[in-house]
Amino acid sequence: MQVSMEINGEQRSDEIEPRMLLVHYLRDVVRLTGTHWGCDTSNCGTCVVLIDGEPVKSCTTLAAMASGHRVTTVEGLEVDGVLDPVQEGFMACHGLQCGFCTPGMMLTARALLNENADPSAEEIREAISGQICRCTGYSTIVRSIQWTAMAEDEAREQSVYLAASGTGSQA
Amino acid sequence: MTTSEESTKSDAATKHGQIDNDQKPVGFGRMLRKEDPRLIRGLGTFVDDVDLPGMLHLAILRSPYAHAEIVSIDVSAAQAHPKVKAVITGADLAEQGLAWMPTLSNDVQAVLATDKVRFAYQEVAFVVAEDRYSARDALELIEVDYKPLPVVIDVRKALDADAEVIRTDLEVKTDNHCFDWETGDREATEAVFADAEVVVSEEVIYPRVHPAPMETCGAVADVERVSGKLTLWCTTQAPHAHRTVYALVAGLPEHKIRIIAPDIGGGFGNKVPIYPGYVCAIVASLVIGKPVKWMEDRTENLVSTGFARDYVMKGEIAATKDGKIRAIRTSVLADHGAFNGVAAPTKYPAGFFGVFTGSYDLEAAYADMTAVFTNKAPGGVAYACSFRITEAVYLVERMVDILAYELDMDPAELRLKNFIQPDQFPYETKTGWVYDSGDYEPAMRKAMEMIGYDELRKEQADKRERGELMGIGISFFTEAVGAGPRKDMDILGLGMADGCELRIHPTGKAVVRLSVKTQGQGHETTFAQIVAEEIGVPVEDIDVVQGDTDNTPFGLGTYGSRSTPVSGAAAALVARKVRDKAQIIASGMLEVSVADLEWQKGSFQVKGDPTKSVTIQDIAMRAHGAGDLPEGLEGGLEAQICYNPENLTYPFGAYICVVDVDPQTAEVKVRRFVAVDDCGTQINPMIIEGQVHGGLADGVGMALMEMIAFDELGNCLAGSLMDYLIPTAMEVPDWETGHTVTPSPHHPIGAKGIGESATVGSPPAIVNAVVDALRPFGIRHADMPLTPSRVWETMQGNHQAPI
Repeated sequence: MQVSMEINGEQRSDEIEPRMLLVHYLRDVVRLTGTHWGCDTSNCGTCVVLIDGEPVKSCTTLAAMASGHRVTTVEGLEVDGVLDPVQEGFMACHGLQCGFCTPGMMLTARALLNENADPSAEEIREAISGQICRCTGYSTIVRSIQWTAMAEDEAREQSVYLAASGTGSQA
Repeated sequence: MTTSEESTKSDAATKHGQIDNDQKPVGFGRMLRKEDPRLIRGLGTFVDDVDLPGMLHLAILRSPYAHAEIVSIDVSAAQAHPKVKAVITGADLAEQGLAWMPTLSNDVQAVLATDKVRFAYQEVAFVVAEDRYSARDALELIEVDYKPLPVVIDVRKALDADAEVIRTDLEVKTDNHCFDWETGDREATEAVFADAEVVVSEEVIYPRVHPAPMETCGAVADVERVSGKLTLWCTTQAPHAHRTVYALVAGLPEHKIRIIAPDIGGGFGNKVPIYPGYVCAIVASLVIGKPVKWMEDRTENLVSTGFARDYVMKGEIAATKDGKIRAIRTSVLADHGAFNGVAAPTKYPAGFFGVFTGSYDLEAAYADMTAVFTNKAPGGVAYACSFRITEAVYLVERMVDILAYELDMDPAELRLKNFIQPDQFPYETKTGWVYDSGDYEPAMRKAMEMIGYDELRKEQADKRERGELMGIGISFFTEAVGAGPRKDMDILGLGMADGCELRIHPTGKAVVRLSVKTQGQGHETTFAQIVAEEIGVPVEDIDVVQGDTDNTPFGLGTYGSRSTPVSGAAAALVARKVRDKAQIIASGMLEVSVADLEWQKGSFQVKGDPTKSVTIQDIAMRAHGAGDLPEGLEGGLEAQICYNPENLTYPFGAYICVVDVDPQTAEVKVRRFVAVDDCGTQINPMIIEGQVHGGLADGVGMALMEMIAFDELGNCLAGSLMDYLIPTAMEVPDWETGHTVTPSPHHPIGAKGIGESATVGSPPAIVNAVVDALRPFGIRHADMPLTPSRVWETMQGNHQAPI
């Protein structure tokens, strides 16, 4: 069957088996291997991608179900050579070790921060509770997301200030 | 929000927008990881990311029975599938002499079952097809006729006279006995017990658990048709050991085998053994002449690959009435599954369980063990266990708490009273282990202070008055990590020493090549820091090469927390070797004698004249340049070494946990956890903290949630992450960590290793806390995992042992 979707800002169409899972479509057909696979049962969340901005487990989503939608993978976080603050936060706070769960964690974090710019530690823990990390024990992931929230908050304040003072175009 | 999360948040506020690497050290200290920039972009290369031209996919047919004869296998329908390239059975492998392979414990294991299957999900046949879905489809087309046999699942019945014999493949095997083992002095221990004022005894069980790294195991095998060279991309923690084993098993010449361990998505010991799937992929590529990928699914990972623990331990302590521990004795029944697949040094069939005497100064100790075969998956040493020290520490720390209960003593006070004292190090235990260094009381006091121990006891007393169930649990552990020395420790005859090579390029940049392989521990950063500390080249100028047998020196790999103790020492010493040569070159450049030079990190300086100096970069260029070198000296600036550790290193730590148990639902909530670790010299405190955090979460999993259970037919009841419960962010607290530093006297930089300390040390702290919470019910012991149902039954006086 034919599927068409926007992946990280680029539209594409492919002829695939109707049963193909989104995770396999992304990894094997589109060759975006940053999305990982870990359990088959929606428990581990290493396969999380964003569909229209919402975190979704791509191991239990058919590629066909994403057809006509907008998919964001970890490869789509960095735009024009500029890292998403979430990526910077995970590096700054040691939010990753082996890096296998990290793409899914960062995408969930991105979705959370888009909805809630100043989440509490509890809200962060709840947001990532559908995902498993075997390496970090989660504290540093929570801190990474808090770091990002702070950084984005300050960046917003900065841009408001710059806009008010008429120097925003330099930022 | 907890205290440390708050403080981190305020730290973060001052550091927004820029990564805090501005104080990056040349050498030891906190610095961000070199591996992260690719991993946070999704640009790591894990085995399943490897995609070669013409690559085929392999899937394995597994047994639905735990014990059954294979009567017949019909693969004709599978072979007729249009996308299938090959279907291979055990009989096919037997023709090539490849149906069996050695385990890392000198036993054998079936690659594909020929005569019978011995555990549920054992490998029976494999299919190679054009894509992963077709390979799985074709598995459904294979018809296997099984004749079920009686199963041996209950470890306590494995040696019954009427138990079905599992290992009929071994000659003269008439029972399910695997091995016996003992350590310590039986008579001396009996004598102490005979005149002891107090004796406590309890059966303590460490159930079967599984490392379950987020990335499952897999491989891509590619045999070049003309040269016959095999390249195997593989999820292995020990690439060199694997290469040699393949050479010995398959008869492939060792120089025609290249193992590449790319980015590894967590290991925890799960990726030490050689699994049948790897061998199948190699065979498939050999037979078909194309690259073949095998990636197991989560069920296959949980039910067939290296499990951990499965020890039933009867523990006993002899003590005085006022709480002086005199002797410890234990008798262990060990379930090794269907094949003895333990990855432990040859002379240590029970791993390093012999350190069960813990952190205490005793008069005597003795352990005996009987290991048996059952119809379960093989394994035994995994899940960050430091070769069975998890079991040893759990036993002794649980038993010490039971003694405290019986004596009505505070468990902290009891431990403080019995610690090995600083002036006793190096301390030889009653089971013959020589602890290199230690200073236990400061670590214990620090943990008590961090958590506010006395106040917590007061709070607990108040809560008990009100019927609330709050528990405080302590664990104090001593680990033994960093195997060799090679004279004592080998895996399949391969001595546990590690090579390391360091090359300084003409412009002063460097490459260091390791035999060990990270699975997330951060070797690219840590090892660059070790070399930077020794040679003064900035960390960013040092490339760390690992996980490729064609491009790294031989060594035994990363497990048992051995990377820093063994390869870390190798990296430091190889850098010193390079520095020694650099000093000779510098003496020529500065026209002074070698003895007149002193090392300032990064340069040699004439003693007493700081204006005369040459940097390591200057020296590197001279070493490779056209100018004169001191007489007799070869050009170049590089060295290699094989480091053979003189002893293990012995990290230790004090852990305190606070839990609240819901009296209505019996649910356990870990409220706080303080971990004070001493791993000797710290290389990168950020990475150390991360290693500790991960192990603490493991501890919550094992103590409260995780267990690989079986039904009476041998079906594994934990075959998915819906059934095998791993902690999420909701089940664990924000960790509070601290440290003391007691360097190892024999390690060149004094480092001891940290990778497994928290996995080893945390389960007893949590169990001790839960049992402490249940004290109002007169409970002094309950087994892991302390699920709400087991805790509830325990509260009702109906504790059910997990196995």
